[in-house]
Amino acid sequence: MKIQLTLNARPVAVDVEPHELLSEMLRDRLGMTGTHVGCDTSQCGACVVHLDGASVKSCTVLAASLDGATVTTIEGLSDGTLHPMQQAFHENHGLQCGFCTPGMVMSAVDYARREPAPTEAGVRHWLEGNICRCTGYQNIVSAVLAGAAAMRAGGEA
Amino acid sequence: MGNETGIGASILRKEDLRFVTGKGQYVADVQLPNMTVAVLVRSPHAHARLVSIDTTAAAALPGVVAIYTGADLAADGVGTLPCAWPVTGKAGMASREPAHPPLAQGKVRHVGDPVALVVAESLVEARNAAEAVVVEYDVLPAVVSVLAALEPGATAVFDDIPDNVCVDWEVGDSAATDLAFTKAAHIARISLVNNRLVGNPMEPRAAVGDYDRSRGKYTLWTTSQFPHIVKLLMGNVVLHIPQHKLRVVSPDVGGGFGVKQFHYAEEALVTWASGKIARPVKWVCERSEGFISDAHGRDHVSEAQLALDEHGKFLGLRVKTIANMGGYLSTFGPNIPTNLYGLLMAGVYTTPAIYCEVKAVFTNTIPVDAYRGAGRPEATFLLERLVDVAATEMGIDRAEIRRRNMIPPDAYPYQTPVMLEYDSGDPGGCLDRALATADWAGFPERRKASAARGKFRGIGLTTYVEACGLAPSRIATRLGARGGLFESATVRVHPTGQVTVLMGTHSHGQGHETTCAQIVSGKLGIPHDNIEVVFGDTDRVQFGLGTYGSRSAAVGGSALSKAADKVIVKGRKIAAHMLEAAETDIEFRDGRYTVRGTDMAKTFEDVALSAHYPVDYPLEVLEPGLEEQAFYDPVNFTFPCGAHIAEVEIDPETGVVELLRYVAVDDVGTVINPMIVAGQIHGGVVQGVGQALFEDCVYDQETGQLLSGSFMDYCMPRADQVPRVEVETHITPCTHNPLGVKGCGEVGTIASPATVINAVVDALAHLGVMHVDMPASPNRVWRLIADAGFTPAKAS
Repeated sequence: MKIQLTLNARPVAVDVEPHELLSEMLRDRLGMTGTHVGCDTSQCGACVVHLDGASVKSCTVLAASLDGATVTTIEGLSDGTLHPMQQAFHENHGLQCGFCTPGMVMSAVDYARREPAPTEAGVRHWLEGNICRCTGYQNIVSAVLAGAAAMRAGGEA
Repeated sequence: MGNETGIGASILRKEDLRFVTGKGQYVADVQLPNMTVAVLVRSPHAHARLVSIDTTAAAALPGVVAIYTGADLAADGVGTLPCAWPVTGKAGMASREPAHPPLAQGKVRHVGDPVALVVAESLVEARNAAEAVVVEYDVLPAVVSVLAALEPGATAVFDDIPDNVCVDWEVGDSAATDLAFTKAAHIARISLVNNRLVGNPMEPRAAVGDYDRSRGKYTLWTTSQFPHIVKLLMGNVVLHIPQHKLRVVSPDVGGGFGVKQFHYAEEALVTWASGKIARPVKWVCERSEGFISDAHGRDHVSEAQLALDEHGKFLGLRVKTIANMGGYLSTFGPNIPTNLYGLLMAGVYTTPAIYCEVKAVFTNTIPVDAYRGAGRPEATFLLERLVDVAATEMGIDRAEIRRRNMIPPDAYPYQTPVMLEYDSGDPGGCLDRALATADWAGFPERRKASAARGKFRGIGLTTYVEACGLAPSRIATRLGARGGLFESATVRVHPTGQVTVLMGTHSHGQGHETTCAQIVSGKLGIPHDNIEVVFGDTDRVQFGLGTYGSRSAAVGGSALSKAADKVIVKGRKIAAHMLEAAETDIEFRDGRYTVRGTDMAKTFEDVALSAHYPVDYPLEVLEPGLEEQAFYDPVNFTFPCGAHIAEVEIDPETGVVELLRYVAVDDVGTVINPMIVAGQIHGGVVQGVGQALFEDCVYDQETGQLLSGSFMDYCMPRADQVPRVEVETHITPCTHNPLGVKGCGEVGTIASPATVINAVVDALAHLGVMHVDMPASPNRVWRLIADAGFTPAKAS
């Protein structure tokens, strides 16, 4: 099936299989391996991307449904310099092995854009669908709070 | 500049930039021209005879390249997956090491046991063909629990091992311990289960095999914590590939926790198959497949008794444990519940007589091996639960009973009755700080406040020691290891003075690209940014034993320190020549070689250039170039220790345990990067909290089916279930390695299960509860409360 979408601010035309998931299209068809797959039950959140501005688990979206959609992946979050949320993960040691990180960052950016008054409890509740095995979440939570503040200061949230 | 980015600096991680931008390169990201995709046909039965495997229909499906079974491997002389660390049991009994073919032959022995390998052009075609492989099984009764495995007449997992015993092992002095018990004023007893866990690093395992026929060389990309060991075991034992014709690459690896420190069947299968079809073969594990093919952890059933005198002083400890090995021996299987468990039974206490027996048994379950902490969390859980039982029964404060029995700081080095000699430590100091930080004394008030809200509040305390920094080769080989456990590091100085460091350890979250560079930056006085750290490629790094057992800083870091020292020594010779001074008059500090007492100096960059452009150079006595490799074999393990305190609140209406506060005070030796150490402890603690409160690997006891086989069923800790961990360090440097480091990767996981459960039991103690098995799930806790006859006020 032929679809056209905007991927990381660029128009893309793709011929996808009816059963193909967004995560599969990104990784296997387009070689965009920043989106990771950590489970097969839509539990882990490593594959979170933005679909029309909102965070989604890309393993739950059929690629064929994306005609006309706008998708942003971790690769498209910033251009050259780090996005404030990426910078906050770096500065707060909010990652260890890095595998859950793209999904965490994409999820966190959506949280920061939606939530006018971020709190620790709010961040923890929001990230309930993103599993990290390395960090115990502590520095991720710190990073999201710092990243949200930086986004606010920069007018992004 | 060296000091600002050297040891002790909380500098941000070099590796972050590629990970936060999605540029990490994991094995699943590897794409090679003409690559095929492999899917495994796995046994749906826990125990069955393989009657027949019919691949005819599957082979005819579109896109199928090849299908292989155990018979194909046998015909090709493929060997068995080896056990690298067997142990010797009672009366010289050797561990039984049954064959473990990469594809099952004759019988399948656990759900998930691989039966056939399907290679196709695409994943979809491989999956379709795998479903079309017809396997006829003669299903046999399964033996699932360790207790069932030892029952008379139990089904034998291996026909030639009728009692299912892998090894019956012991450590300590049985007679002296019996004698100690005759003198006891009180004997505390406990029976407990250390529940089976699935490690679940977030990156599922993956492997890509590639055979280059023109060079006769194989390359394996694999999600491994120890690529050199995979190269050695797979090349030498399984596939008989000469070492110079095999390259193993472990690029970015998304977490390990022990799960990725074994040589797995899939690694051998994709490598072998790539040779057969002369095309690359890629296998990426699905999460649910990982649940039935990654080695599991823990799974002990134990009984223990502690003999005490009338003052609560420990006289003797007796431990009897049955440990599950699963359906085959994994790489380190027998070593974990023996050497890494029984040898830790002294804890931080002066118990004079200890005897520990461990029976490791085969069952029709997935093989069990090391998982973060590996044996030491099990030892700590047993010991610290038992100490709490003793304190409660004797009416002694739980901190006080530990103080009365603790090894005093001036008793180090301390020889335990179970082989180990601790070089250094101050567990009492850790305990005092933990009690102060956690406001142990103020707990009764907080309990009252909770009670006023209808909640049960509990506080729990654990002290622990671990043996890590694996390992002194001399000791390890005496304990059964079939290989040395030294480490190697190379410092390669470029002509312009920048440095590439080649490490035999691996990094899969630990931040070694940053900390190894700190060691070198501090030593050589060059900027952190001028150092790149390389690991995980056997064609780039000469040799190494990998990362596990909190060994990278203690063993690898020590090798690196030695290599940097060698560079400094050679540089001094070069500088002496350049400065026309005696070598003994040259001092090296902050990246400069200076003639002592003068301002005559050459920078490290000057010397590096001279070594590569040897015009003014003592060529007649010194080789050009500036690169040094060092090997380091420690003389002893390292012994981190500490004290952790947890505070919980239980809702008696629901049985939900809320972890309110967690304080960790750890002695991890010299801290290279405080930010990274704290991160390791946060993560380690939460992993242990997972075992204590959430995670459980559950099998159907009749059929051997894994019931908790996905993230829908296996409860991983989530962000909203855990508090912040308050981390403090209380350092006594290791006395026998050049950096003074001990290791920090496992301390959290070692201490936290016991700490949290001690708090849960304390919260329920007023109901007469003396022990709670893990996980302390709402269901289990609610039942304990209900069984105690307690009815919540609101409900009545």
